[in-house]
Amino acid sequence: MTRIFDGVLGALRNLGSNFIDQIWRLGAGTRLFFDMLISSGESFRRFRLVVKEVYSTGVMSLVIISVSAFFVGMVLALQGYNTLQKYGSSEAIGVLVALALVRELGPVVTALLFAGRAGTAITAEIGLMKATEQLSAMEMMAVSPVSRVIAPRFWAGVISLPILAALFSMIGILGGYIVAVPLIGVDAGAFWSQMQANVDWRLDIVNGVIKSVVFGVACSMIALFEGYDAPPTAEGVSRATTRTVVTSSLAVLALDFALTSFMIE
Amino acid sequence: MTQNIVEIDNLSFGYKNRLLHKGISMSFPRGKVVAIMGGSGSGKTTLLRLIGGQFKPNKGEVRVDGKVVHKQNDDGLYQLRRKMGMLFQQGALFTDLSVYENVAFPMRELTDLPESMIRDLVLMKLNAVGLRGANQLMPTELSGGMARRVALARAIALDPDIIMYDEPFAGLDPISMAVICDLIRTLNDALGVTSIVVTHDVEETFSFADYIYFVADGVVAAEGTPDDLRQSTLPFIHQFVYGEKDGPVPFHYPAGDYQQELLGSKND
Repeated sequence: MTRIFDGVLGALRNLGSNFIDQIWRLGAGTRLFFDMLISSGESFRRFRLVVKEVYSTGVMSLVIISVSAFFVGMVLALQGYNTLQKYGSSEAIGVLVALALVRELGPVVTALLFAGRAGTAITAEIGLMKATEQLSAMEMMAVSPVSRVIAPRFWAGVISLPILAALFSMIGILGGYIVAVPLIGVDAGAFWSQMQANVDWRLDIVNGVIKSVVFGVACSMIALFEGYDAPPTAEGVSRATTRTVVTSSLAVLALDFALTSFMIE
Repeated sequence: MTQNIVEIDNLSFGYKNRLLHKGISMSFPRGKVVAIMGGSGSGKTTLLRLIGGQFKPNKGEVRVDGKVVHKQNDDGLYQLRRKMGMLFQQGALFTDLSVYENVAFPMRELTDLPESMIRDLVLMKLNAVGLRGANQLMPTELSGGMARRVALARAIALDPDIIMYDEPFAGLDPISMAVICDLIRTLNDALGVTSIVVTHDVEETFSFADYIYFVADGVVAAEGTPDDLRQSTLPFIHQFVYGEKDGPVPFHYPAGDYQQELLGSKND
């Protein structure tokens, strides 16, 4: 009997301590975010620091983003055609592909891939810099790691993600076109003109860009915080890397729902 | 100008329930090489971090150039740190930058020197540690001893008043060890700096240090010149200096009765 009681008590204690831990991390993350915003001056004065990071986060993610976009576009066209043709409106395939990509799949899938490709790299890099005392060394040199290491990577993520999302949508549409027009035989004129007529600049494209900027902020900040907060051990860094993917993915999906619900009129 | 560039006054520091330092006082006179010795886990490295202001003491204070470190705001702290150079245990070189860029890093970040002057300074600092020829290598291409020398060149990049060494001999071969030993003394005298060396290597330290503090159980257990300490009759110092296995510092971590523990586990 006492054993069961002790077990329940232990479980409750664990739950409570995990909860407090999560709240503490949320607070620490928010603090780092504002600290980083205040220390961002350096990133803009010496913009090449940001450009260097845009290369390693953005440019290095180009291959995975392009290949995925191409396949997603092709699958969308296949599935879309299959359904649309039942209603005799297979020319609307261009609109379907474009809207799905620009509104949802572009920003969301790009953010998920970005978290897996660039986010994990950022977390591991910062975590290892911490474990090998590089951040400490910087501090002792009177150089703030937040302004020299964290801020440039953050802004690089915020700049890269919308551009990657735009490329994703573009390449996706190209993939859709290749399946729909040359392979299935949908009329090319209908494909493009329907798309042009029904994709709205403000409601579709701008909203998609807003989403990708928000995802950029979330993914970069989560990756940076996880690295900065990682225990300086091999296990600590590996757990932090996993957490980056899990937390970023959940955050992107939840934010997507919240943003979409505000955007749909 | 105070005679001691660094003063530690009745300092206590610890995490949660464990006090690492219990009222430590030390002074580091200008131009001298002072070593802090003690067993692993005795809080020697933490002392360097307290001097550098990375930790705040629970009680007491550290003064650098007459200024209380933990009472400085961020700007004041960064001003103080510009007087310090620190050599970390594994060097802590920035792995994404070449040897040249590592040494140039503090100059680029903290000064507006023109590129030509940075180049000259970097080559001079690297020459002082004997690695001018290695300036285009990446940190991964260096041996442990070389990495430590590059880190030393980086630590003296902006001509600090104080150089702190955290376990400079850990994991080095005898040749690299002798090189570092020699560099500590030479740089100290040539640059007119004060050196604080945290270490547990007795022979090397006794060969170059002017004064030595022994830390044990959170207090200064002994202090003096190398000759004083060699003749010390204190049991702990004797055990440490002559590297005896058992003595006041026991071989066994505190544990319950051995026999009882082995027999007890059967009944579980």
